[in-house]
Amino acid sequence: MTVTTNSAANVPAVPTDGVTLTVDGRPISVPKGTLVIRAAELLGIEIPRFCDHPLLEPVAACRMCLVEIGGQPKPQPACAVTVSDGMSVLTQAGSEMAETAQRGVLEFLLINHPLDCPVCDKGGECPLQNQSLSHGRGESRFDGPKRTFEKPISVSAQVLLDRERCVSCARCTRFAEQIAGDPFISLQERGSEQQVNIGAETFDSYFSGNVIQICPVGALTSARYRFRSRPFDLVSVTTMCEHCASGCELRTDFRGNTILRRQAGDAPEVNEEWNCDKGRFAFSYVSEGRLSGPLVRDDAGNLVAASWPEAISIAAAGLAAANGRVGVLTGGRLSTDDALTYSRFARVVLGTDDVDFRSRVSSAEEADFLAAAVAGTGLGVTYRDLEKAPAVLLVDFEPEDESPIVFLRLRKAVLGGRTKVLSIAPFTSDGLAKLDGTLFRAIPGDEATTLDSLAEDPTAAALHETGAVILIGERLAAVPGGFTAALRLAAATGARFAWVPRRAGERGALDAGLLPGLLPGGRPLSDPTARAELAAVWGVDASELPTTPGRDLVAQVADIRRHATEIAEGLESEAPVGALLIAGVSPGDLADPAAFRAALAAAPFIVSIETRHTEITEAADVVFPVAAIPERAGGFVNWEGRERPFAAVLATNGQLTDARVLTVLAEELGHRLGGANAPTVAWHGTRVPAPDVAPIDSPAVSSGQARLAGWRQLLDAGTLQEGEPFLAATARPAVARMNSATAEANGLVAHELVILSAGAGSITLPLELADLPDDVVWVPLNSREFAVTDVFGRAGAPGSAVRLTPGGAA
Amino acid sequence: MALTPVITAHWDESDSHTLAGYRRHGGYTALPEALAKAPDEVIGIVKETGLRGRGGAGFPTGLKWSFVPQGDGRPHYLVVNADESEPGACKDIPIMLANPQALVEGVIITAYAIRASHAFIYIRGEVPHAIRRVMAAVRDAYANGYAGKNVLGSGFDVEVVVHAGAGAYICGEETALLDSLEGRRGQPRLKPPFPAVAGLYAAPTVINNVETICNIPAIINNGVDWFRSFGTEKSPGFKVFAVSGHVNRPGIYEAPLGITMRELLEHAGGMRGDRPVKFWLPGGSSVPMLTAEHLDLPLTYEDIAGAGSMLGTGTPMLFDDTTSIVRAVTGWLEFYKHESCGKCTPCREGTYWIVDVLKRFRAGLGTPEDLPMLEDICTQIAGRSFCALGDAAATPFPAAMKYFASEFADCTRAAADELFDPVAATVFSGAQSR
Repeated sequence: MTVTTNSAANVPAVPTDGVTLTVDGRPISVPKGTLVIRAAELLGIEIPRFCDHPLLEPVAACRMCLVEIGGQPKPQPACAVTVSDGMSVLTQAGSEMAETAQRGVLEFLLINHPLDCPVCDKGGECPLQNQSLSHGRGESRFDGPKRTFEKPISVSAQVLLDRERCVSCARCTRFAEQIAGDPFISLQERGSEQQVNIGAETFDSYFSGNVIQICPVGALTSARYRFRSRPFDLVSVTTMCEHCASGCELRTDFRGNTILRRQAGDAPEVNEEWNCDKGRFAFSYVSEGRLSGPLVRDDAGNLVAASWPEAISIAAAGLAAANGRVGVLTGGRLSTDDALTYSRFARVVLGTDDVDFRSRVSSAEEADFLAAAVAGTGLGVTYRDLEKAPAVLLVDFEPEDESPIVFLRLRKAVLGGRTKVLSIAPFTSDGLAKLDGTLFRAIPGDEATTLDSLAEDPTAAALHETGAVILIGERLAAVPGGFTAALRLAAATGARFAWVPRRAGERGALDAGLLPGLLPGGRPLSDPTARAELAAVWGVDASELPTTPGRDLVAQVADIRRHATEIAEGLESEAPVGALLIAGVSPGDLADPAAFRAALAAAPFIVSIETRHTEITEAADVVFPVAAIPERAGGFVNWEGRERPFAAVLATNGQLTDARVLTVLAEELGHRLGGANAPTVAWHGTRVPAPDVAPIDSPAVSSGQARLAGWRQLLDAGTLQEGEPFLAATARPAVARMNSATAEANGLVAHELVILSAGAGSITLPLELADLPDDVVWVPLNSREFAVTDVFGRAGAPGSAVRLTPGGAA
Repeated sequence: MALTPVITAHWDESDSHTLAGYRRHGGYTALPEALAKAPDEVIGIVKETGLRGRGGAGFPTGLKWSFVPQGDGRPHYLVVNADESEPGACKDIPIMLANPQALVEGVIITAYAIRASHAFIYIRGEVPHAIRRVMAAVRDAYANGYAGKNVLGSGFDVEVVVHAGAGAYICGEETALLDSLEGRRGQPRLKPPFPAVAGLYAAPTVINNVETICNIPAIINNGVDWFRSFGTEKSPGFKVFAVSGHVNRPGIYEAPLGITMRELLEHAGGMRGDRPVKFWLPGGSSVPMLTAEHLDLPLTYEDIAGAGSMLGTGTPMLFDDTTSIVRAVTGWLEFYKHESCGKCTPCREGTYWIVDVLKRFRAGLGTPEDLPMLEDICTQIAGRSFCALGDAAATPFPAAMKYFASEFADCTRAAADELFDPVAATVFSGAQSR
């Protein structure tokens, strides 16, 4: 339903300075400043409305909520009048004035409405339809010609507008201006010709789908959902978004075993009532390229279908043969319970600590930082803390692209006048501009130095105020000394900090201890008490658990490759990794895809647990198909450290959860994985020591070169966005950015093409000018056209030098 | 009652709009006198005069000024509403043409009183001739040290900006005017906050009509008692009445408030051809019409309100018996439909619907059932729209029905043009005697 009502959680408990009023004779005390319509809701009295939305500023434009307020000769809009002591409000239930006013407004709203409910997406869940039935006239007295518009028009690739159905409530335009900060959609013309429309540009926003959801009529529809279903044929389930670590609650609507649409859920503490377009529209991937049954490699080296028992037995034998030298590498898609099972399976069944959940750029310093300061710390900095913070420093973190709900909450905080946003980044992005943020311009790789300078910087003085927050992005892993400096700044300023990874499963995997030397709940592997706690929960003897910290992904890859080289050179060498167990890893996401691919080729045995056909399954010896997130119940932990449990939406086609596959494998290997996966009590013992890494100066670049900067944009070549062309069409075009001096020095012209090359790879992009430091070029890392690390390999790491050459006209 | 020209006193002189012409008759003598007083003293004088806003609502001007919080350390703004667009209203534009200097002097004094260092004169865009004259007067003020930094050595700084609107009736609504002035689409704002607290750029703002401001120099020069010697207790002072319609000498007549319509009509040379007054509107199309029986009402805020209408802008329109009420009301409603800003449902959709039905009546195609429905539609607009434009749009039809219901009934059988020759009703048809 798109009727939006304030949930109880949004309304503070009755305060001491409350105001007492009556609505339809029933008394209620509410905080000063409460709107009459909200007070009525608290009493369970619904006043009809269209333009009112609890998260948007009131406009009182639709006049649907007119009520009688004691002593006033004219009916008043309940959505815009604040309560006062002793006020007596009579709604349509108790006042003829209110009732006739509302009936009149509804009659007006329908005179120019096409009344095409039978073919309208909104039919069946339409506030206009519902309120016409409950508060309107049975028949219209209007018999003149209706105003017509061309229909529909595309305000963007995924949002279509039927202006004839519009009631000019301005929810969409207010959302665009007040919430998203992308005011490309606006009211135009006047009188009965007034219409929502766009200008020369389309409605370019990562949050555009919200306008479809909050439209109280069928004026804004989704290209994805249009004419696909009737709401009364859909089943709705509350779910969590799997696309990033924001932790949005969603409402997923499905019919049969197909998801038809997803909408933002109502989670006042997290996403409020909004979500981003990726979370809303990217769900078709569930049916793209799926594995339907286990695969094993036959004698000819081909992957062939196998029965579950056969695949289990081959996998178990291969893993057992590795004799504890198994690398367990998981990606960001894992639900928390799966991550815990991997963590336990590695330690108990495989006897290995060679675990790593970071299928991305990572560092040992990062692992120490996470183990020391983040893992198992529970709910830390929250969205509400961001709203109250005097200052929020973003460190290698671009919220609009990397955690869109953090962006929305920061924007709300900034517009509320409480919060100042500071950002350590290479340039003033659109997102930072929308946050009215202050840029601390950093050359990629030099962020640690910038962090160190902020403790004494007067322009960052607000960081010393109580409640200030430092938000650290996962990209800081590429900066030597970055996490060390961030902790140092937090200590110097007293600011709280939080780590905001990109993927939904990262924080849960960290809490599950999927890092070398780290057990679930932030427990150090080297701590005997910690090991004993886990052994008790896991039902094993503490001596069976590994005692020395294992290797991360990078070290495992290096070992495998070193071994391969030694063998090739005829040296005697014992395989350092006997088998790999891989789930949810894409080589292209890693810092050195080529090295990882070489390691895959050299690894003696690979078990792949995957939802779909990937590069890894192609290289594996045994492949197990598993359920995708919508096909299973589970949970994520978002960046705040908040548990985000979700229910299953779809039935699987025989795929199991990762945890179930591991349990069966464990049984085959003689272990029972029953009972709890982790202790329920928090760890209060000694933690892994914080990292202490010195910053290193970025090497100078020579003439004709520039340092590479970049991040992944929200809409890109991510595999979970496959099968969704309307969404893909709204992705921001890939461009290279640099400052005008750098462009000029290299003979480059804005809007023409620039060729970036390093090693054997090159990419060609249109050039845009931005306020970057000299000799730095920014590119999107994983656009639909190219993945930077895939093209450049190791030379694509942030801070690396690339050659710049003019590429002519775009 | 005799005419009392003050603002219009020297309009017959060819250079009345120039600084020289203005100075010849005591122009810019009020400004130094005002600057010699404390701002609150100036506010006090205007309060004592009982001057009421001449833009239509008649709100006491001094009281409005005193609402601006003083000593709050924030910028204050004065905005002059010169967006005169009301059908029938034609007084501010003539004032700006013939006496722009008085407006500018009034603006500077008012800005001083309310401690505003910026004043904006928002003039409707369709009157470039008036805009040019006001801009010239502002230039004169700057050139002679009346505006800009350190006005006449007093230490008071004021910038005066002339802004041209883009042609929207709604921008005469003061909060829509502010939005338009800020560069937004002109639509009325939610109140509260009222402009005196959060107006232009969310700062305390006074918005006054052109004629109101033009009263200020004369008040400073002549004092409270002089001003109150005109008019009535509740409607003190004089008023620039713009008389139009089927009268022999339509034009501007400045007279004390309290003059009757009959006296004013005599000044305007009576009805053309001595035809009877069929109906008249005291102040623009937005106020309910009155008839010949109301001609002896004093033109004061209180007396006209007592008769169920409003003094409004004080620009009476008189219509003789050649006029089709159906045609007149349809014309006004077409104006309101065209000018409705679209923000609120009742005005946006209601005006669309009323015009649709009224056009049928004008064509002789109305039905008897339509009449109670039209009255119902007007009831559904009045008091329920966002701003007064909706109320205004809902005014003409019920007022017309009060006196001329039978003419609407006639239009269920015959077109308005068959019942009333449209040529006869035009002012060009000449004075036709009965």
